[in-house]
Amino acid sequence: MEPLLVFPEPVPPELAQALDMGGWPWKVAADIDAARRDEPLDGWVGAIVMATAASDLDSAMRFCRAIKNGDINVDAVLLLVNGGQLIDLNPGEELFDDFCVHPFHPIEFEARLKHVFRGTGRNDEIELIEYGPLAMNLETYQAIIDGKPLDLTYMEYELLKFLAAHPGKVFSRETLLNRVWGYDYYGGARTVDVHVRRLRAKLGEEHANLIQTIRSVGYSFGRSRWAQD
Amino acid sequence: MEREQEYVLRTVEERGVRLIRLWFTDVLGKLKSVAITPAELDTAFSEGVQFDGTAIDGFSRVHESDVLARPDATTFELLPWAKEDEPSARMFCDIQNLDETAFAGDPRQVLRRNLNEAQAEGYSFFAAPEVEFFYFASGDPALGKPQPLDQASYFDLTTSDVSSDLRKRTIYMLEAMGIPVEYSFHEDSPSQHEIDLRYTSALDMADNLMTLRLVVKKVALERDIYATFMPKPLNGVQGSGMHTHLSLFKDGQNAFHDGDDPYGWSPTARQFTAGVLRHAREITAVTNQLVNSYKRITETSEAPPYVAWARNNRSALVRLPVRKVGKPESARIEYRAPDPACNPYLAFSLLLAAGMRGIAEGYELPAETNVNLFDLDDAQRREIGIEPLPRSLDEALDLMEGSELVRSALGDHIFEWFLRNKRSEWDEYQSQVTPFELERYLPTW
Repeated sequence: MEPLLVFPEPVPPELAQALDMGGWPWKVAADIDAARRDEPLDGWVGAIVMATAASDLDSAMRFCRAIKNGDINVDAVLLLVNGGQLIDLNPGEELFDDFCVHPFHPIEFEARLKHVFRGTGRNDEIELIEYGPLAMNLETYQAIIDGKPLDLTYMEYELLKFLAAHPGKVFSRETLLNRVWGYDYYGGARTVDVHVRRLRAKLGEEHANLIQTIRSVGYSFGRSRWAQD
Repeated sequence: MEREQEYVLRTVEERGVRLIRLWFTDVLGKLKSVAITPAELDTAFSEGVQFDGTAIDGFSRVHESDVLARPDATTFELLPWAKEDEPSARMFCDIQNLDETAFAGDPRQVLRRNLNEAQAEGYSFFAAPEVEFFYFASGDPALGKPQPLDQASYFDLTTSDVSSDLRKRTIYMLEAMGIPVEYSFHEDSPSQHEIDLRYTSALDMADNLMTLRLVVKKVALERDIYATFMPKPLNGVQGSGMHTHLSLFKDGQNAFHDGDDPYGWSPTARQFTAGVLRHAREITAVTNQLVNSYKRITETSEAPPYVAWARNNRSALVRLPVRKVGKPESARIEYRAPDPACNPYLAFSLLLAAGMRGIAEGYELPAETNVNLFDLDDAQRREIGIEPLPRSLDEALDLMEGSELVRSALGDHIFEWFLRNKRSEWDEYQSQVTPFELERYLPTW
């Protein structure tokens, strides 16, 4: 399993111990920038956000909002709060998937971890991405459209993989450049347009619209999960 | 091993690729290929493939004849025309000396160097060419004048036309190789066609053009038809050009765009254009490298013979197209001289170097030329400061030889070899007695 994101530093010893004992790999981030910088290609599988000191709730909420806004890509969020902060939590804002009161009971904490992070639909290793006519085998680097092999260059493959792993989600050119190319690639954001156009050419007329241009924002793959039937 | 190389090795294995063609380009712009088997691929990545360059145009040197081909894994593509049971693939190569330094005779590395220099100033360079070519019944000069397949003309829809099938299949192949096509249509002249490629970075575009020339010829050949990029194959009709749209990007933004300018052109666009214009005469030997190229650049053609610019004036060398409102990213200039028989790596290198010189030295853009230059005589054109492009390869080589800009952009090796090679091509041409001379002079004198 990929590591969970833990915010902020320092991590209390009982939390580190509970995670290590439960076999949950984790990585700490001191701030939003650090969480973005260390983000895995497919985003974080989950985050534990702590507001255990009385004054920390605001910064914890800022961190959760960054996740909700997509500044950090995280599948599920578990919030750790102390008893006194419960009254200030606003569940209506939907900034977290579950919370746990700190100091926690190790058995309850483990149950919450399982509840929140096993339910993300993320297996330990994703090996296959399937979406409509498209199938990608991440183990063998092969992509198939309508049962026929799709011959891609490495960057075309990485871009399609990233988009197809997040159907319906809109990404800016800058985000794609950072997340797929991983550095300030020659040609800048224009590179993304060029590669999208190449991918569409290879997908063929029939499937070119799997990648949609979202005017003045960027690109998204497949149907939006919010789309009405 | 880099991720890209690992990806290629894995794909070769998964797809059962039997042969990998390593492509590179000689100084004259001809595509060269060395084939290797999958078993040799690993070593090709780690050590390169050594070969003797003596027989390759522009590769020969006095001391050392061996060079290394280093495959560029990012250019790996399956060849869509390979038989299903024998998949094969290609990669473009950079050529190195045995000590792994860049080989000065490799046009791809020359373009890479020029792009890196622009990149150091924050600019990336994009190109989009409009490639014209002819389909003929045969490519054998012994059979006389080439025979067009049809008598259609510009934008004609020729449904029963074999050449529109060819074009369709060509586009399918190009797109399957990740080369997006913007438009394609029947051009002015009989059997003449045009394929416009969607803009991409100049290095990828030069690779794409090398691929396009091969694909166009290959698809035609499958039907026993000959496709040619020769600039002027027929008397009395338009030749084949390669009008090329150029743009610079900086920080992800089009550096040619300025929303405050009435036409949307930035100072950078004006300086770049000024650079291209001021050095146009020096770079023509490379953008138009054949004796035959200069038969295309004439009055009344779409290959304007005068160094001038305009928004919409077919007689100008550079066009600054008027753009749709709200499309700042499409700001570009169109350079109309090149023909499709050029070496795209070298042609793009020189266009970039000329434009960048304009930016570096803050060249002033001369006034727009709104008169039809074809209507003026030489003296009138001189009066308004309009110079002609060189009228022959010979004159173009003279202008090139005196150009410090061309020498530094191409490097000494290619600069000197190109001049030597092309001088001898010109001398050979000059010593021929042509049909024109016989028809004109023999009966009279």
